[in-house]
Amino acid sequence: MLPKDPFNIIICGVGGQGNVKASRILGKMLIQKYVVTIGETFGASQRGGSVMSHIRVSADSLWSPQIPHGRADLVLALEPVEGARVIQEFGSDQSIAILNTRPVYPLSAITGSCTYPSLDELTTQIVSHIKTAWFFDATLLSLEEFGSPLYQNSILLGAVTGLQCIPLNIHSFIEAASQELPSHTMEKNKKAFEVGISLTASHQ
Amino acid sequence: MIDDLDPGNQYLLMGNEAIARGALEAGVAVATGYPGTPASEIIETLSAASDKRYVEWSINEKVALEGAAAASFAGLRSLCAMKQNGVNVASDFLLHLVYSGTKGGCVLVSCDDPGASSSMNEEDSRLFAELLEIPLLEPGTFQQAKDMTKWAFSLSETINTVVMIRSVTRLSHASGKVMAGNIEAVSESISNRDSPPHFTDFKICAPVVERHQRVQDNLKKMQVLFEKSSFNTYEGPDTPELLIITSGICGLYCREAVSDLNIADRVGILNLATTWPLPETLVRTHLSSVENVLFVEEILPFLEKNVKVLAADMKETFRFFGKLSEDIPSVGELTPDSVMSALSDLLDITPTSTSTSTSTSSTAPLQNKASLPQRELTFCAGCPHRASFWSLHTALSLDGREGIVCGDIGCYTMDIFSRFPTLKTIHSMGSGFGLASGFGQLHRFGFKQPVLAVCGDSTFFHAAIPALINAVHQESPVIFVILDNRGTAMTGFQPHPGLPRDAVGTSRPAVDMEKICQAIGAQVTVADPFDLKKTEDTLLRLFKEVHTTHVLILRRECALQGQKKEEPCGIYVDDALCIGETCGCNRFCTRIFSCPGLIWDAEQKKARIDEVICTGCGVCLQICPAGAIKQVEE
Repeated sequence: MLPKDPFNIIICGVGGQGNVKASRILGKMLIQKYVVTIGETFGASQRGGSVMSHIRVSADSLWSPQIPHGRADLVLALEPVEGARVIQEFGSDQSIAILNTRPVYPLSAITGSCTYPSLDELTTQIVSHIKTAWFFDATLLSLEEFGSPLYQNSILLGAVTGLQCIPLNIHSFIEAASQELPSHTMEKNKKAFEVGISLTASHQ
Repeated sequence: MIDDLDPGNQYLLMGNEAIARGALEAGVAVATGYPGTPASEIIETLSAASDKRYVEWSINEKVALEGAAAASFAGLRSLCAMKQNGVNVASDFLLHLVYSGTKGGCVLVSCDDPGASSSMNEEDSRLFAELLEIPLLEPGTFQQAKDMTKWAFSLSETINTVVMIRSVTRLSHASGKVMAGNIEAVSESISNRDSPPHFTDFKICAPVVERHQRVQDNLKKMQVLFEKSSFNTYEGPDTPELLIITSGICGLYCREAVSDLNIADRVGILNLATTWPLPETLVRTHLSSVENVLFVEEILPFLEKNVKVLAADMKETFRFFGKLSEDIPSVGELTPDSVMSALSDLLDITPTSTSTSTSTSSTAPLQNKASLPQRELTFCAGCPHRASFWSLHTALSLDGREGIVCGDIGCYTMDIFSRFPTLKTIHSMGSGFGLASGFGQLHRFGFKQPVLAVCGDSTFFHAAIPALINAVHQESPVIFVILDNRGTAMTGFQPHPGLPRDAVGTSRPAVDMEKICQAIGAQVTVADPFDLKKTEDTLLRLFKEVHTTHVLILRRECALQGQKKEEPCGIYVDDALCIGETCGCNRFCTRIFSCPGLIWDAEQKKARIDEVICTGCGVCLQICPAGAIKQVEE
């Protein structure tokens, strides 16, 4: 059962982080039981820009591929500033969020024309604005566990599953991910997903 | 695979995948196109399922459409897909194709990009349908994208002309649930026809005016069919206070806005999926019961103007709202929020949702938008174009005559976001070479600056060759730089005629761009853009040889080609050598070169490598004056 219909999810990050792939896997995990619509930005925005996928999940109706402002129920941020940006626009006191804390520095921060906010600042602001927020360095976890950052999104999708706010499980993950990811990576992706589940499930 | 879907089952499909599936279900035999966001996945999807079909990434959209038309003339069903700008390229042939007519179902799919998220213009290709006098379909859901594509083939065969489908980014690149239907085999689609696929005559010959009459008569036949189409829907009360007339993906925005504002008893939505010719009787019937009409559509007021023409002889009391009255934004992409805002104003509703007013929300805004760093687009880490532009910029500075560089369409357009922007003109595919050819003739009027132009390998084949021939023939002293990254990178590495493979991965002879340029008569040099010194020296040498037309090919494969590497990048900053701000280089690495793989450690005042992002290309080793950026020895 969905806690709300439509249940609105936004996955956001930076071009190149695997945002589109993550949203398609999540969509395919839900498509058997629900009407799912995913709105995506890609193309030029792939080149280092902010990217966002809007996922609408409904028991029976088709919703627009764009979520209205203030209506995100769940935000999954692959990058913390992108999470903060999306929460500003689409979050409310009803929203929950999972954020990867590993920054991808925008050019303006690298060149020094503006400052990348500290994690403390971001955390304080995000926590004050929405209902619940979870923060993990999924990139570091992926590097430590698997020797590569490529498994961070499977960890994060596991963390979403561990929240148990929408009906997701490891079986639907394996089925969906094996359609989207190279088969030789599936064993590690499955382990990464399990790592992710344990991050949030133990606190439920 | 799109052809493996079980009929009767439901799948999560991207709009473009749904269009491809619709074509397969119609028994399409030939599919062609040129890559362009947001259209590329239609041909990509079909190329993955091309068994017994012919799928082609053509050299450009005009040749793509000519290929599709040839199949149609032979009695086969064909589809041609492109982004909005592609229709401009194909339009010369298209404007004549309507006079010759077609035989096998021939479908043109144009994907527009409202908001221009991946385009150099906001263009409404629907106006082509009106100009061409051909049927236009605008699917508004993922299921419709599939079903209407399939339908378009039979419509095309009903009146023997090309049928146009207009999609937009938010349909093409969004995904939703689609129920698969049966795929018609290609062979069946030929043998089921009344006559064998013998070749008839497709010359446009006199009398042209009679042919034009036939085009218009066909459109009238189509209008009759459109009046009865179940793809056109109405939801709402019999006599609404306000009638929304909309089409395409905007229908979902309207539905969400009406539901969100809880005004389903006051507002009706006439959602048109067949938008040219308009189903006049249907539209008039709905107009007859209302006074207030709101048009919700993206890019240009196409429905708004054409419905107003229909309404002109109906009554004088209509009040029309839309782009022309400035109730709907006249530019940019629409959203459910923008429709809600228009409806709230027109119906005098104070929004109660959190969506349109933060004042009713219990939480304060997180922080001012300006306080989060904006994320500008940039060349990817390890992009050969960053290195190419670094050398171009350096050589132009050393030359000191303020040479100008004409740009083109591709990833290298990202130069506009660079910290050392180099391009002075950017227009359409191939136009940089044409403009440079023109600038090269202005020396007689005192224009003394060196003239350069850049374009990518795919763009070179698409539209730059005629301009190069022109420049050589007219003796324009121009340096044409081909940024050859071995594929159509911006849209997802589709092949082009310069590569030894086709759309489905079959081995094909690569057309040699060096030989083409040499045969045209240009002096050709090839260099590796990652070798900054050699590239700069080559450019400086070419600047001195002022009376020749030069082609410099900077060849290096795109960093995103192939699978992501799992090994570490092997680049590091030697802290003992990096002298930070005191270096005097103005932080070449992070402030100017600004590769996302390089970061600045503000506490230690040293450059750093982001090992998650760095691809190990090694170009930054060459730009650090202190030699502090190093590569791990193998």
